[in-house]
Amino acid sequence: MLAWRRLRADRVGLGALGVVAGYLLLSLLAALGWVAPHWEAEVGSHYAPPSWLGAAPSEAPWDPAPQSHWPGSVPLYGLQDPLAPLLATLGPPPGGVLAPVEAPRRSTLPLGADKWGHDVLAKVIQGGATSLQVGLFSAVLATFLGTLMGALAGYFGGRVDDAFNWLYGVLTAVPYLLLVFAIAAVLHQKGTGTLILILGLTGWTGVFRLMRAEYLKHRLREYVLAAGALGAGHWRRMFVHILPNTSHVILVQLSQNAVGFIKSEVILSFLGFGVPVDAVSWGRMLHEAQNEMNLGKWWQLAAAGCAMALLVTAFSLLTDALRDALDPRLKS
Amino acid sequence: MSLWRFLLRRLWQMIPTLLGVVLLVFVLFNWVGGDPAYLLAGKMASPQALANIRHQLGTDLPLWQQLLRFVQQIVTLDFGNSWATQEPVLQIFRTRLGPSLTLLLPMLLLETLLAVGIALLVAAFRGSWLDRSLMVVSTVMMSISLLVYIIVGQYVLAFLWGWFPVKGWSEHWSHNLTTYAVLPILMGLMVSVAPSVRLYRTFILDEINQDYVRTARARGLGEGRVLLVHVLRNAAIPIVTNVLMGLPGLLTGAFLLERFFAIPGIGREIILAVERSDFPLIKAATISVALATLLTNLLGDLLYRWLDPRVHLD
Repeated sequence: MLAWRRLRADRVGLGALGVVAGYLLLSLLAALGWVAPHWEAEVGSHYAPPSWLGAAPSEAPWDPAPQSHWPGSVPLYGLQDPLAPLLATLGPPPGGVLAPVEAPRRSTLPLGADKWGHDVLAKVIQGGATSLQVGLFSAVLATFLGTLMGALAGYFGGRVDDAFNWLYGVLTAVPYLLLVFAIAAVLHQKGTGTLILILGLTGWTGVFRLMRAEYLKHRLREYVLAAGALGAGHWRRMFVHILPNTSHVILVQLSQNAVGFIKSEVILSFLGFGVPVDAVSWGRMLHEAQNEMNLGKWWQLAAAGCAMALLVTAFSLLTDALRDALDPRLKS
Repeated sequence: MSLWRFLLRRLWQMIPTLLGVVLLVFVLFNWVGGDPAYLLAGKMASPQALANIRHQLGTDLPLWQQLLRFVQQIVTLDFGNSWATQEPVLQIFRTRLGPSLTLLLPMLLLETLLAVGIALLVAAFRGSWLDRSLMVVSTVMMSISLLVYIIVGQYVLAFLWGWFPVKGWSEHWSHNLTTYAVLPILMGLMVSVAPSVRLYRTFILDEINQDYVRTARARGLGEGRVLLVHVLRNAAIPIVTNVLMGLPGLLTGAFLLERFFAIPGIGREIILAVERSDFPLIKAATISVALATLLTNLLGDLLYRWLDPRVHLD
């Protein structure tokens, strides 16, 4: 609780915590379908600009089916229509040409619309929910794996330590993104779950290094030896006695990994190796925005880019604040 | 003498790690990846065609024989042909290395010079408004995705204002360097300078409070000389190692830059290979990059020792 008091005194950290909590709440509501549930509804006209810019002036509304297309106006290029006598007996259809029934589309939306008329605001919120979900769950998985392996390696040492260090050396020898690419190339089924697994299974190395060092430091401390003398087994010593004393490392790593994985998700989805095509995420929005930019339609790019930049900034500041609050010895 | 022993022992220690990478790549592509014959033969393949492809690739052999063949490929540096273009993999890497280096070497050089320069400036005015505002700016710049920089830069600087070509590459490296590589390098610097500045600033600040700096000031040396000669020389040790350790990470930025700006480099080739499920290329790339990473790490340790005689290698 000392840490919480220290964090509360840090105005920047508190602000960052507020922003991150806001994103989390919004994402949770979006995932439950309470906020922006119908991002796939085509509510606006194509590339409807943001409201504060006003409607696009020159573009004529697209007329779905001109009435004049009924037989007679079809160009025959001087040929005799073989069906003409037959058609003449049929007469015109009873209700005229059937126009596609659709709700009137809005010419402006709060943050504009994309190519199909999806509301960009709803897409940013739903996309953020996907990106945050991937970032958080893979961070939890990576931190869990790293903590478990680091604890085993640091506590037992010897052969166990050698084995885990070897695994660590192998995984860090390949640059992270290249490793993720290689796995993405092998796994053909795409999905949010697969993405979380890939990121979590490859991203635990940083946590492992730090947790191993913590356990090396703690395992011969007096309180651990005392616990052993009282009959506590290895598991109890590792996870009941030592683990709470390393919680500051875990918390900071969790926050740091979440930012890293959100960035990775965006890059992977952008390249088409990430979330499936029917899902929306910030990476997929940037992917669409790449083509829209050529037409000068910048609002989707701006919305996704700003939303992501704000979250990443807040998360980084929160990580720094957490580190300062939880480990006062670091601050000089 | 001890240097050679150190070198030999480090090279010897590399072997298990390298074998681990080989095993990892093998498990991924020959076991998790499933049967590549279906990928290559397309839909509606006859059983004979599938068996034929399996025989050609050697995937009908038992796994341990396949592993042996893979190790043999690595030792002889003959990774076979690309599945997509039938070009020998080694040939692909050889021709794509030039463009990648044309992009990455100037970027690395500029990044280091800029980051050290800004870090020195910030450290000289530590605690002032300049320090604080530059730190805020760099935090914000780090947070914006490279993707956003690239898309906006390409649209505004190249398409709207016409300062640079939007994308492309030519035959002559000097023309490439002065025309086509400028915008990608600029965009790469937008994300890579800020984190380096923050890191180097702490390196310099660590040195600035040391006794020898106070002694230098007491001798009447100007602040500029103290910073540029005394502090920088000592801060250079962690900076140089950091630059070396970051070399393999350059590849990550190269993936996106080369793809967007249509630069025929290694990063773009790897992304294409992932899209086309071109397994031989990805396998070769992973193994060679891992080897390069291990070697640069070793080089970093050696350089550290050379720069700082107090460091003892064991």
